[in-house]
Formats: sequence, C-alpha cells, structure tokens
Amino acid sequence: MEILLIIVSAIFVNNIVLAQFLGICPYLGVSNKLSTASGMSLAVCFVITLSTLVTYLLNKYLLLHFHLEFLQTIAFILVIAALVQMVEIVLKKVSPSLYQALGIFLPLITTNCAVLGVAINVVTKEFTFGLPSHMLGLGEAVLYAFATSLGYGLAMVLFAGLREHLALCNVPKAFKGVPIALITVGILAMAFMGFSGIA
Amino acid sequence: MSKWQLITKGLVKDNPTFVLLLGMCPTLATTTSAINGLSMGLATLFVLVLSNMAISAIAPVVPDKVHIPVYIVVIATFVTLLQFLMQAYTPDIYATLGLFIPLIVVNCIVLGRAEAFANKHGVLDSALDGLGVGLGFTLSLTVLGLVRELLGSLSAFGWKIPGTGDGMLAFVMAPGAFLCLGYLMVLFNKFIAKK
Repeated sequence: MEILLIIVSAIFVNNIVLAQFLGICPYLGVSNKLSTASGMSLAVCFVITLSTLVTYLLNKYLLLHFHLEFLQTIAFILVIAALVQMVEIVLKKVSPSLYQALGIFLPLITTNCAVLGVAINVVTKEFTFGLPSHMLGLGEAVLYAFATSLGYGLAMVLFAGLREHLALCNVPKAFKGVPIALITVGILAMAFMGFSGIA
Repeated sequence: MSKWQLITKGLVKDNPTFVLLLGMCPTLATTTSAINGLSMGLATLFVLVLSNMAISAIAPVVPDKVHIPVYIVVIATFVTLLQFLMQAYTPDIYATLGLFIPLIVVNCIVLGRAEAFANKHGVLDSALDGLGVGLGFTLSLTVLGLVRELLGSLSAFGWKIPGTGDGMLAFVMAPGAFLCLGYLMVLFNKFIAKK
C-alpha cells in the first residue's frame, strides 16, 4: 500500500515539474518534439534514479558519519557530474544505439536542477505518504526518485504533444514561442492540481 | 562597453528572465510573494558577483579540459557560504526558500556568466557584470512576486490592502506562476522589447 502511495504521490500529486518547479529549463527547451522529449525523459529517469541511490549512500555512510553535512551541496553536484560522465562512457560502449538516441541530452542533465533537487530532498526532508512523517529509507528513496522521474517523463510527453499542436496554431505575435508555452503549462498545472484531492 | 553599461544591460536589454530565459526554476518556485522573490534575487546576486570574480581570477590557470567541473566547484563553494550566512542571519527566509538556495549551484545564469563573460574579462568587469545580471534577475523576480502577491493574496510586500478579502489562491500556487510569467512575458514583448 505504501509503495502505491509513494508512486501516486510522486507522479501525480507532487509532480516534479508542475508542482515543484524543478527541471523547468530542459522542460521548456526540448519539448518541441515528442521524440526528443521522450529521449530526454528516459535519460533523466535513468540519471535521477541512479544518482539518488549513490548520493543517498554517500550521505548516510560518509557525510553523516563524519559530520560533514555542510559538504552536501558540493559533494552531490560532483557525484552527479561524475555519474553523468560515467553513464555516457558506459552507454557509448554497451549500447551505441541508445547513446545515439540520447545524444546531446546526456551531458545537459548535469545542470538539470531536478536531479540535484531530488537528491537533496530525499536526504533532508521528511515525507509522510499517509504514514507518520519519517526520513526515507534507501528502498523508499530510490522508489521515490524513480516515480518522480516517471512524473517528469509524463509531464514532458504530455507537454510535447500539446506543443506539437501549438506550433500549427496562429497565435498573436507577442505570445509566440515561450509565452504561449508557459500559459499552456499553467493550464496543465491547473489540471494536475486536481490530483491533490487524492492525497 | 563602459562600466555603466555592464551594470544596466541586465535590467532590460539582456534581462536574464524575460530575454535570455535562464534560471526558470527559482523564478517560478520562489515568487509566491514580492519579499520572497526579492530575497531569492539577492541570494543569486551574491553568488553571481563572487563566483564571477573568483572565476575571472583563476580562469587563466585552469586547463581547458576541466574548466566546467572547476567552475561548478567554485560556484558550489560560494553557495555553501551563502547557506551558512543565511542560516545564521536570516533563518526565516532560508526556511522559506528552502531547496532553492542549494539549487543556485545548477542555476544556468551563474554558470552561463562564468562561461560567457567572466573567463575572458578582468576581475572588476566581471564583478560589475555579475552585479548587472544579478540586478536584472532580482528585478524580474520581484516584479513577478509582486504581481502574484497582488492577485493571490491582495497585498504588496506583506502589506495587506485594507478592506479587501481573500485573493485568488491559484496565483500563489503552481499554475499561477506559469500563467503570470507567461502573461508578463507577453507584456514585455509587446511594450518593452520593441525593435
């Protein structure tokens, strides 16, 4: 039951883009086409889950153990940057086709604030998920990160689909490009607000 | 470019939010009120000026291959410094802005200025550039925060307009952020960015 609650809460109720405002730059940047949007979502999903696992362990067994909590920001961003680099090298070797598909999106993920945001959130915040509020355990943290990145993918693909239609519409000159995209996201966010009734 | 132009260009011509579309996450997330927007802008300004200065000073000796990781570590150091300062002197604001203070590390404005300006210019010019872009960012965050606060809770800078009821709550919540920024951008394109 708790697993289900974590998943629903992370994907719909507290959607990372539409409710928490993380990862907006790539969200607006690469959502012009459905294919690039899904490629980006896949890469983000992979990196968020993996980096949360690594930073969680790093935080628990190194930073907290030696009372170095103040190094969190620096340590996490370095881990993420190194991890992205490593994922790139491994993918290039193991699955060149996937590497080709993700292409330019992989290096861009280092500066996607969703990755650092989730990594910091799971080790500093208390979550409830219908239980008394508590710090997340390793399994919950990774599941939460995975579900959150699925939410990112969902918001991304939905928006890319809308945007493909938007490109064909004749909008006033001042609205062209980003302004109309932002207004569309606003309406999408309003729809997602409806999910907060579930929690 | 004169020193004065370095400071003023970020306000309108190269405004980081409305023209360059950088740093969208804190722009949308922290502007629930004018005060919050202003504090987030000033926090970013602090990191921007210091990291620009440090990076312009060390840029000549940093090997090209590792320059991005080095810049990120420099920026992360100043962000950690800022976290300490805010925890000590403005704990309330630190609690409100929460996650978005450590996230200044991945704010594309900071790394963007390091890449585009600070690594090619002197320390003083880079400090002024950081100040200018930071002021532009602070200005747009404050304006967006003010608009959302006015619509959402009918108050300005925490001062409630007398004799009014509740505002439209949606503008303080997530959808309002996107809608307000979208419409402000439309106004900016229509009236200010005329060619």
